[in-house]
Amino acid sequence: MTLQLFLLAAAGLFAIGLYGALSQQSIVMLMMGLELMLNGVILAAAALWFFLAPDGTDGPVLIVVVVTAMAIEMAAGFAVATAIYRARQVDMTDAAADLKG
Amino acid sequence: MTVLFWILAVVAVVAGFAVFRLNSMAQVTFALLASFLAVAGLVMLLGLGYLGVVIVLMMVIEMVIMAVFMVMYMMNPAGLMPMAMYHNKSGSMAIAVGTFAVLAAGILLTDWPTRRGAPAPDQTFALGEALMGGQMLTMMTLGVTLFATIVGTVVLATARGRYDRFGDDLDRRRADDPAGGGPG
Repeated sequence: MTLQLFLLAAAGLFAIGLYGALSQQSIVMLMMGLELMLNGVILAAAALWFFLAPDGTDGPVLIVVVVTAMAIEMAAGFAVATAIYRARQVDMTDAAADLKG
Repeated sequence: MTVLFWILAVVAVVAGFAVFRLNSMAQVTFALLASFLAVAGLVMLLGLGYLGVVIVLMMVIEMVIMAVFMVMYMMNPAGLMPMAMYHNKSGSMAIAVGTFAVLAAGILLTDWPTRRGAPAPDQTFALGEALMGGQMLTMMTLGVTLFATIVGTVVLATARGRYDRFGDDLDRRRADDPAGGGPG
């Protein structure tokens, strides 16, 4: 149980999430990737707090912020997916490439 | 402790990878939940019991709600329409592996500072005190952001509001209702 092992696990979660966010077609699956990336951030924040500066509360506060960001991301993402599906029957990223430049 | 760490870390990463390997998007939701629960266990292992429980409660509820949406937008429902759910798979994999390699190099090569101080005896108390004291601005920002999210998601998700139906000045006699019916 060392800081490096915790951070490696967090980096693994982050990389897997990045792979999902980049490779998935479905908008909701893309959001799963983003959630997995934030999952890695939670683990990294907890480990950095515990192994480097356990006397402060910055790590736990950062975890609170990230957990809130995950909830917001899911709610906003599903609202956008619902809106675009209602307007154009689109639930795939490739079909919603209007802003591609 | 070490054994528990290895079990939880492997479960977190393997379940995370299963998220993009399973075919059913309903199963995917529960794979993601398993990954979250493992990370919550690791957070508890680090002495943050309260936050670990918060993560467990939040993620169980969030993933159950998510499962409903996943079924709504499911590709390949019940495996009846096999399809590839990917685009640019090799490029994504290359970027992800590259990112992991860079992060891992940073983690292993950095000369981390030594541990400073010791955790407060009651972490829940310390966190509450921080959120209600020094980190009050963080807490208030989170509150306002969550409220903005509620408003934004409702606005995005409703098909129409009363102003859409009766015009901007509410002067349309009959509702401009494409579907017909309703009280207008």
